[in-house]
Amino acid sequence: MAYDKFTVLNSTAVPLPIENVDTDQIIPARFLKATERKGFGDNLFRDWRYHQDGTPKEDFVLNQDTYRGKILVGGKNFGSGSSREHAAWAVYDYGFRCVISSFFADIFKNNCLNIGVLPVQVSPTFLEEIFAAIANDPNTEIEVNLAQQTVHLSSTGTTESFEINPYKKDNLQNGYDDIDYLLNLKDSIQEFAQKTPL
Amino acid sequence: MSKTLFDKVWDAHVVHQIKEGPDVLFIDRHMIHEVTSPVAFLGLKNRNIKVLYPEKTFATADHNTPTLNQHLPVADPLSANQLAALEKNANEHGISYWGLGHQKNGIVHVVGPEYGITLPGATMVCGDSHTSTHGAFGAIAFGIGTSEVEMVLASQCIMQPKPKKMRITLNGKLQKGVTPKDVALFIISQLTTSGATGYFVEYAGEIFEQMTMEGRMTVCNLSIEMGARGGMIAPDQKTFDYIKDREFTPKGNDWDKAMAYWETLYTDSDAQFDKELTFDGSLIEPMITYGTNPGMGIGITNHIPSADTVEGGAATYQKSLEYMGYQEGDALLGKKIDYVFLGSCTNGRIEDFRAFSELVKGKQRAAHVTAWLVPGSHKVLEAIKAEGLYDILTAAGFELREPGCSACLAMNDDKIPAGKYAVSTSNRNFEGRQGPGSRTLLASPTVAAAAAVTGKVTDPRELMNA
Repeated sequence: MAYDKFTVLNSTAVPLPIENVDTDQIIPARFLKATERKGFGDNLFRDWRYHQDGTPKEDFVLNQDTYRGKILVGGKNFGSGSSREHAAWAVYDYGFRCVISSFFADIFKNNCLNIGVLPVQVSPTFLEEIFAAIANDPNTEIEVNLAQQTVHLSSTGTTESFEINPYKKDNLQNGYDDIDYLLNLKDSIQEFAQKTPL
Repeated sequence: MSKTLFDKVWDAHVVHQIKEGPDVLFIDRHMIHEVTSPVAFLGLKNRNIKVLYPEKTFATADHNTPTLNQHLPVADPLSANQLAALEKNANEHGISYWGLGHQKNGIVHVVGPEYGITLPGATMVCGDSHTSTHGAFGAIAFGIGTSEVEMVLASQCIMQPKPKKMRITLNGKLQKGVTPKDVALFIISQLTTSGATGYFVEYAGEIFEQMTMEGRMTVCNLSIEMGARGGMIAPDQKTFDYIKDREFTPKGNDWDKAMAYWETLYTDSDAQFDKELTFDGSLIEPMITYGTNPGMGIGITNHIPSADTVEGGAATYQKSLEYMGYQEGDALLGKKIDYVFLGSCTNGRIEDFRAFSELVKGKQRAAHVTAWLVPGSHKVLEAIKAEGLYDILTAAGFELREPGCSACLAMNDDKIPAGKYAVSTSNRNFEGRQGPGSRTLLASPTVAAAAAVTGKVTDPRELMNA
């Protein structure tokens, strides 16, 4: 599925300073029953966001007008658990284009990269600085520059660089698709398939 | 050059290397289910392309299937729609489809090995994180997202950076009452839920050599719960005996050819790992979890650690205990429980039902406990009946359900009610995993059986001695 190109993102951010946020929290299994990729944002963090009767939990960050933006900032080990891409879809569908954390679970990170959400891993100290800056001023802007691979926090002036696989970076910057790449390798793949031992 | 088991299998499957990018990896066997595949097929439709090798993909319905009255139409319209989509997509593309009621139906990671889809030295993927189960056979097996399911359907390949390598060695001999599930929960408790992120694990040492194939599956299944993409164990005679003559294993000359490859599958003595960990398997107790991630496990006779002794943020830890209704320092033994769930891709195989039955034999289910016993497949269900376990379980006041993922992720009606405690043989104790507000204590089938007959967290060794 095609996605928007990612270049530079300037936005306020939504803080979620909890560690080990698992994919069952991002989107509970009972909301995975669609056969199309739409509407998942409504159930993002469903059980933290709503009471069982469907009324919003006032103290949850997504229910507070103070915090808005296209960047979600999460605690260490964000996205652990299931391989459900629905978790990344829910993050995207809600309107986030970037998730910042000090550590990501592998499959979630991969899924994000495959659908055009940029996972940015920062140092634990910088993560704390970001949380503190947002707590101090919810209008704090964060600039994520993919070309330069930097995160800049306007209120403190701190900039930190992040790592990304050059192939994936190129894909995100240009909106390229892995499947197109693989389809172009079809001849090599078919040749390879002939000689596999199994 | 010396190679690890993982290197040998990975390197044998690289179709193309992208400079400073991921490897293009050929996938031998691909399994799909109803939840993570529909959008992938929609992608193929939008591109107007067909599945490249339909004979390498296998479909089974498991995640949202009911475990009662499977002969009736599925009542939940959303689940029914997803199941119908799987059937339609499989039929349109010529993929083997084992739907509800089919004699081969069951949980993806239970039926894969049962029918010989899982092979040593193979690469295997599925849109499910517990695909790591198949590593028990010396396969590189891991979970993928739906975009990657589409890639495999379209090209039989995925693009993955090669992970780092970790070896976890356990020597010694397991104590009485200690099962493969306890071994896995012990390792995860030592590494934490993110301790192996970025790594692919090889399990080695006497404990795994002595383990049955089903035990190895349980251990490899839980690799993802410490963040590892997968875990694997070098194939041995036990592996070859297990797979021989199963429906989808090679036969005749093909078997001999495959065997020549399989016999090369071990880690060379001087091969290097990025990380090596060693534990004494003799010291492991029956394990149980007390918190909201699988790393929060302790020996069953221990007390809940205090926040200042655990790694990570105290706030997250206390939030977790609050959710569970537990306090730092509490003993787990004697905690009242309401539900028991035996099943899932972790512990839904015949050996798990044997272990559970052995403990409850001649005893009675505690009156206040609701127990859901869900075989991992029809084949497991048949074996339960054939071996007489069904009679033992029935006499002890238990009922069997029909196969599926069931209360492990509670997509169907098998939901633990809010606030209730479940001792569960499944793989995740995340908040709400088994139903909104549910509280999960992960444990082995033996520990689950002990809880089922006493109605509280109980050391199974006490009942075994009786």
